[in-house]
Amino acid sequence: MRRPFSRQQKMTIVFGILCIVLIIVVLQLWLLTATMNAFLGGEEAVINPAAIASMVCLLLNAGLLWYVYQMERP
Amino acid sequence: MSRENPDQLSVPPDGKPYHQQPQWRNDFPIDWPQDELVARRDFTKFLVLTSFAFVVGQVWIAFENFARKRRGRPPIRMIAKLAAIPAGGSVTFAYPDAHDDCVLIRTAADRFVAYSQKCTHLSCAVTPQIEKNCLYCPCHHGFFDLATGVPTGGPPRRPLPRITLEIRDGAIYATGVEVRA
Repeated sequence: MRRPFSRQQKMTIVFGILCIVLIIVVLQLWLLTATMNAFLGGEEAVINPAAIASMVCLLLNAGLLWYVYQMERP
Repeated sequence: MSRENPDQLSVPPDGKPYHQQPQWRNDFPIDWPQDELVARRDFTKFLVLTSFAFVVGQVWIAFENFARKRRGRPPIRMIAKLAAIPAGGSVTFAYPDAHDDCVLIRTAADRFVAYSQKCTHLSCAVTPQIEKNCLYCPCHHGFFDLATGVPTGGPPRRPLPRITLEIRDGAIYATGVEVRA
């Protein structure tokens, strides 16, 4: 059976996940501004792939958050 | 909060032992590490909600793009009679919708250009300055080349959308909008 994480370990894990989520959110912000710029400039090719990439980022973030909550469970 | 188990030990923010802490902190102890853990977890949750908001934004752009494609080409509409615009003169008109302000400029006797009047920076109305061969946005001092609509100064980075024109029967018609990157 796996030993539960100590409080210090949990803190480190949550902090690490927080950093990863923060980087992904900044990436999504860049993606949104670039897509808006392309849309206003009449470039259509990047719009749908960017939307899919953003959704993948959200799924990744949601998965990491789910892991944080799972870790908290006794 | 336990003070016996080192893993569960809660150290006050000043790092001093409990017997040196003020009475109120002993009466109402706070589990500081747990507090920090919950704060970071909640901040992560907030970031994931922000991530969701960005996805909503992306989907909205994709939807707007789909709607724009479905609308197809705008209708052909008469702007003005040729005789009504002197060389070096300009006239404003709405195209393709009533809220899409545009400007038609007669740069020479046989040469016309038309652009959307919305500045590509923050949508202020641009005004033609024919003697300086430019269109000027007074909000943030943006400049566009009169012949091409390409930005030449100030904050705008994209060219003005060009209105395609056609001359027939002594009148000038708008036939479409050319959005450029």
